[in-house]
Amino acid sequence: MALPAFAIYAVLYLYPALSNLLWATRRWDGNPESEPEAVGFRNFTYMFTNDDVFIQSLGNNFRFMILVVIFQTGFSLLFATYLTKNTRTTIFLRTLYFFPTILSSVSVGLIWLALYDPNYGFINASLNALGFESLALNWLGDSRYALYALAVTQVWFHTGQMMVIYVAGLQQIPQELYEAAQVDGASKWQQFKHVTWPMALPTTAVVVAYTTIQTFRAFDLVYTMTNGGPLNSTEILVTLIYRNAFFGYQYGYAAAQTVVLVVVVLSLTWLQRRTLRLDYGAK
Amino acid sequence: MIYKTIKGFLLSVFALAIIIPCSIVIMGAFKTDLKIISEPLALPESWNFDNFKRLVDSGSVYTPAKNSLIVAFFSVFITLFLASLAAFAIARLITVTGKVLFVLFSVGLAIPGQVNIIPIYLLFVDLGLTNSLTGLVLVNIALTLPISIFIMSAFFRDLPKEMFEVAGIDGAGPWRVYRSIALPLSRPAIGATGIFLFVICWNDLLYPLMLITREDKKTLPLTLIDFRGEYLTEYSMIFTAIVVASLPMIIMYIAFQRSFIAGLTQGAVKG
Repeated sequence: MALPAFAIYAVLYLYPALSNLLWATRRWDGNPESEPEAVGFRNFTYMFTNDDVFIQSLGNNFRFMILVVIFQTGFSLLFATYLTKNTRTTIFLRTLYFFPTILSSVSVGLIWLALYDPNYGFINASLNALGFESLALNWLGDSRYALYALAVTQVWFHTGQMMVIYVAGLQQIPQELYEAAQVDGASKWQQFKHVTWPMALPTTAVVVAYTTIQTFRAFDLVYTMTNGGPLNSTEILVTLIYRNAFFGYQYGYAAAQTVVLVVVVLSLTWLQRRTLRLDYGAK
Repeated sequence: MIYKTIKGFLLSVFALAIIIPCSIVIMGAFKTDLKIISEPLALPESWNFDNFKRLVDSGSVYTPAKNSLIVAFFSVFITLFLASLAAFAIARLITVTGKVLFVLFSVGLAIPGQVNIIPIYLLFVDLGLTNSLTGLVLVNIALTLPISIFIMSAFFRDLPKEMFEVAGIDGAGPWRVYRSIALPLSRPAIGATGIFLFVICWNDLLYPLMLITREDKKTLPLTLIDFRGEYLTEYSMIFTAIVVASLPMIIMYIAFQRSFIAGLTQGAVKG
């Protein structure tokens, strides 16, 4: 009974994933007249020694990840602690906070393009109206700020989703622990530090892993808002791979970069899980 | 007291951060460009559908909407059918093969789907599946099968064993058990997974961008991207297009809130 699913999966997922490893050792410009050339590991040595844009994209991707992981996890945990109980207000706010998740990345990207518009956008119009003219920057058009502007959008987009995961986790924490802490005179902060945080660590591991993966898959958002620019300041690995393959016609080289992408994502999620689990075990 | 004030303040700030952009867009769909820029937060003077008419008249909405609907519908329907069968087999007919299959499908969960863009593209060029809605449906199925099987097999495993055993004693074959017991019982899981799959297929940009170049095969996200270049800062058109492209999701979200949140949370990795 599992056969039809497995057949499709094998042909269109496992086989391409394996053949991608083979493509990663080749050089080919996609021209049907020419034959792919076997180059061994030269694609990999080239990208780490000679390709500044690749190194920059890797760095951008890490910065984007760190920013989004810190703020998205922080906000979603904060709001989840506020909205753990099921009342009419909390359910309404949770539904509202979750709302951006149902929109497409392209829609979200276009909405924020409009908000960030340096001349007509709501953000700069508000800053000007409030007298902060010097803060009304060219958010997406300046290579110093564009990556941060994208990170804000990504956090806006997915905080509600992560909050819902946290709420499910926090609702599992036995109420008695909080009651005991209150009897002992623990403040809200102490309750958070000694009950919520350690009890929610497994959930944090999940949220951090999801968020990390999302920041490495943020193709749609980056493509819509900045397309990697200005000056490659928002180029992340997936957008670079797309450009190298479909505009640079370097199929083998782009395939090698997807291998690096997978290795990076897998090692990061593995490392995070280990750290958070060790932390959990120690307490 | 201070705690409550801070709490209320932070909750309102984030609520406004969502309400303000969304209302600028929704109200903008009923305004002129000038009004969007000069009074972004004001209610439109009249709720007329001029922008919508202009959008429809431009001829760039009907075909992509139809294509998106076809692709999303067939992708979701076929994936749900194949995944529920496979998940049922893996979870209930526990054999060595079942375990091996589960491990193989889990590999797909660990590898991000975007790894496959180059080999899939080259394979689809060879098979003549570029510029084809069938091609998009096939990609969607392959990409979403692992996560769907993962979610559904967890659900099937939690169903009480006894029901399946009794049915087996009564002489029902695996097909019969799947159809008459597993499927009806798993309606909530299938619903949640279906919604999550629909959102992914409806919103996907990367694969259509790669595989579709012909106008008559474009899906909504591709058309929206074209709009970005075509209308630049003509925000009335862009906002109207966003509203049109998001409307099915918004209606479904209001109608099936619970399944929506459940589905999109389980599938957060892929969403």
